Amino acid sequence: MNELIEPEVAERVLRRALAGGGEFAEVFCERGARLTLAIDESRIESVQSGASAGAGVRVLSGGTTYFAHVDGLDPDDLVWAAGEAAAALHAGSAEPRPLRTEAVTPQPIELRPADVPAERKAELLRELDSRGRSAGSEISELTASYAEVRREIAVANSDGLLSGDDRTRVRIGVQAVARRGGEVQTGSETLGGHRGFELLEDDPGAIAEAAAGKALTLLDAGAAPAGSMPVVIGGGFGGVLFHEMTGHGLEADHVQKGASVYAGKLGAQVAQPLLTAYDDGRMPNEWGSDSIDDEGAPTRKTMVIEDGRLVSFLYDRLTAARDGVAPTGNGRRESFRHLPVPRMTNTYIAPGDAEPEAIVAEVEKGFYAASFAGGQVDPATGDFVFGVSEGYLIEGGRVTRPCRGATLIGNCLEALLAIDAVGNDFEMKTGVCGKAGQKVPVGTGQGHVRVRAMTVGGTEL
Amino acid sequence: MIELARRAVEATVAAGAGDAEAYASEDAEREVRAHGGAVESLTAATRRGVGVRAWIGKRAGYAYGTDLSDAGIRALAARAAETARIADEDEFAGPPEPPLRLSPDIGGESAPEWPEALDLSDASIGEWSADRVAELALRIERAALEADPRVAGVEQAVYADSAERIAIVSSTGIEAEYERTGCYGYTQALAEGEGARETGLGFGLGLGPAALDAAEIGREAAARATEMIGAGKPASRGCPVVLDATVAASFVALIGRALGADAVQRGRSPFAGLAGDAVADEAFVVHDDGLDPAGPASSPVDGEGTPRRRLALVEAGTLRTFLYDTYTGRRAGTSSTGSAGRAGYRSQPSVGASNLLVATGDLDLEGLLAEAGDGVFVTDVAGLHSGVNPVTGAFSVGASGLAIRAGETAEPLREFTIASDLVSMLKAVRAAGSVARWVPFGGSVRTPPLLIGEMTVAGS
Repeated sequence: MNELIEPEVAERVLRRALAGGGEFAEVFCERGARLTLAIDESRIESVQSGASAGAGVRVLSGGTTYFAHVDGLDPDDLVWAAGEAAAALHAGSAEPRPLRTEAVTPQPIELRPADVPAERKAELLRELDSRGRSAGSEISELTASYAEVRREIAVANSDGLLSGDDRTRVRIGVQAVARRGGEVQTGSETLGGHRGFELLEDDPGAIAEAAAGKALTLLDAGAAPAGSMPVVIGGGFGGVLFHEMTGHGLEADHVQKGASVYAGKLGAQVAQPLLTAYDDGRMPNEWGSDSIDDEGAPTRKTMVIEDGRLVSFLYDRLTAARDGVAPTGNGRRESFRHLPVPRMTNTYIAPGDAEPEAIVAEVEKGFYAASFAGGQVDPATGDFVFGVSEGYLIEGGRVTRPCRGATLIGNCLEALLAIDAVGNDFEMKTGVCGKAGQKVPVGTGQGHVRVRAMTVGGTEL
Repeated sequence: MIELARRAVEATVAAGAGDAEAYASEDAEREVRAHGGAVESLTAATRRGVGVRAWIGKRAGYAYGTDLSDAGIRALAARAAETARIADEDEFAGPPEPPLRLSPDIGGESAPEWPEALDLSDASIGEWSADRVAELALRIERAALEADPRVAGVEQAVYADSAERIAIVSSTGIEAEYERTGCYGYTQALAEGEGARETGLGFGLGLGPAALDAAEIGREAAARATEMIGAGKPASRGCPVVLDATVAASFVALIGRALGADAVQRGRSPFAGLAGDAVADEAFVVHDDGLDPAGPASSPVDGEGTPRRRLALVEAGTLRTFLYDTYTGRRAGTSSTGSAGRAGYRSQPSVGASNLLVATGDLDLEGLLAEAGDGVFVTDVAGLHSGVNPVTGAFSVGASGLAIRAGETAEPLREFTIASDLVSMLKAVRAAGSVARWVPFGGSVRTPPLLIGEMTVAGS
């Protein structure tokens, strides 16, 4: 299926990689093309076009991974990388198995972004700019960005696998700034998918109005409360809470090093029975989806929490072999310059039974985190922190005034157990997740959920 | 490298650009990850590529690529010109002008602004074999384990280095080329006690492996992890806070970003409109110095070929200057301060700090804690990318550390937040410590610990 590497070249590279011994060798080839542009001060700028190609070769031997990568896809480049990876190995050579090509169906792309005239992309940004600015006279600045990326990959290994994928992603984002006197607030919104330009056929300008609306709402914000209280988390990007506080701790590399609070907890009740969660790399055209992972394993839907019980970790090839289980298709890498590690794809809490309004109505005094700016967790201790980009007080069972500058902080074992309501609404959002210096696109999702008690770090004591 | 950059500039002008600038780089890098007394992974790599800025009239565009054949460079040049045609006109857009001839080996008059003595390469990188740097990573892990019986392991001990050569050429006559090396080592120790697990980071950096102290990196990780055993939440209150050097550096890096003229000119910096105003207590002094021989971000020229220099940013409590590149300098009616940052050939230059140096004060750490009396010693922060509003400087970030009681460190604390805004925090600095260290988190910063008079601490 792909022209990145000829089977004969792949076999030659794998043979060179195993020339000094080793149990396993792999070559990962990639050709990438991207275009990004932005509008700022109502002017199209920062137009950037990138084209890159390269390969990474790894050899596994006695528990050590030997890895080399190179810019360029000439057979000479690939053989050089194989030689570098094998340089420290001096045992007898091992023989790769004959390659068999796997048939892979990439995610369907209707309209290739590269076939759309650049002027249409510039027009799209002008529309975002005018829609956001006309949302209110207090919108003082607006920036919007457009990004398209195509990554063709091929992976061949000494077990005889030869596979590939063709990935196209499009994403737009808007950040609006609202001012009233000395008060300044920001609001942002994004839309993205593993999709072609057809992603933007259905009123993309709505995200500009949503971003501007958030900034305008926050102009009326008061100080955020400080202290422990019930917290209702919004749908969509609220799922970053689950991604950070639980998802990272389920990645098998952390688990196997004892650097996850979920180590040794397989089968244990880690949440209330109302909570079921998945990692699903096959959701059609979703931002975190791929047809195969970056080791050639087909992506799949993995239930990680079933009725509150921990039922699976997320594996790449190496960690799956260590646990004696099948890989879950979570071996991902930012590019050919990186080694694959277990990563989430699209991670979400499945819809529950509760009406979102009822979840709020049961809270006498609490905090509503409608959306987050992002979050961070230490998987080893489970300590997490989230920046709230849009937050409100809950008073007498109703969402009341907006709050600025709140942070949520806690420990994931306690906070996951403290989720006592899961809404029947559901939404997916796009994110970019960083781990071990590698960024990959991930989807996060959920409906409204409520945490019985959580620390809100505001300034109002 | 310089020949490649020249070729790219010529091709871009031939493709229809009025002016062009090329940034070409090539590097060799390696990385060792150790765990459990064994090498987990060993990486060797090369990168090479070129990025081109093209100007057509008042329109600017950018393209990069890794195909360095003649056909590849022609295709890259065509893409660069095409991106410029998509952009709108901007009256301040245009290539940097050369202040003087820059490359010392091109001949002619030697350029007084060229920092001849700036040696940023350490030969030990080339001299240390893969086995020897692997042993360094293993020693970091051993040092962490041997430092304290409560250290149960490390997540990873990592050593990485790189040697790169960079060339910048423009159609306006800039020609610069330089080399630099760099390396770092770190580990995250895991300590166990009182039914919980704690982590602690130890790190070091330098121009080459000979500069790294493996034992000290391991000891620091162990000390940071074990001192957190048994941590509880502090009560919510306003109180004095001492930021250790790693935490202070994270905030200083944020301040450096907010002092970039781009954010200022577009109204997206808490320091906009404050040039010449009082923005800090006199105890807080910070310089940007792109020529510090020990600085991880040092280079003779910035990302568009303008000579680096040393600049006072905040001094005597006053905001002295913003950081300018060519574009923002023109827009402000001044000139570049040599502050065009560059993440590599895959990104166009943008204004930013090089090395930020915070001046030291008279008190050592014990002195700062004594001065604080009763408060919190913050040794780690989390969530800086999501907890700070870059426009207003307001922040609320997760923190952990130790209580300060009667001027000395007491019980460990976790799961709390500290909140303020950048300008209020600078005005509340009461003292800077006497010992500074390099910290590479989110920027390159050399800072001592800082005592802040009051911040909001939110815990239980």
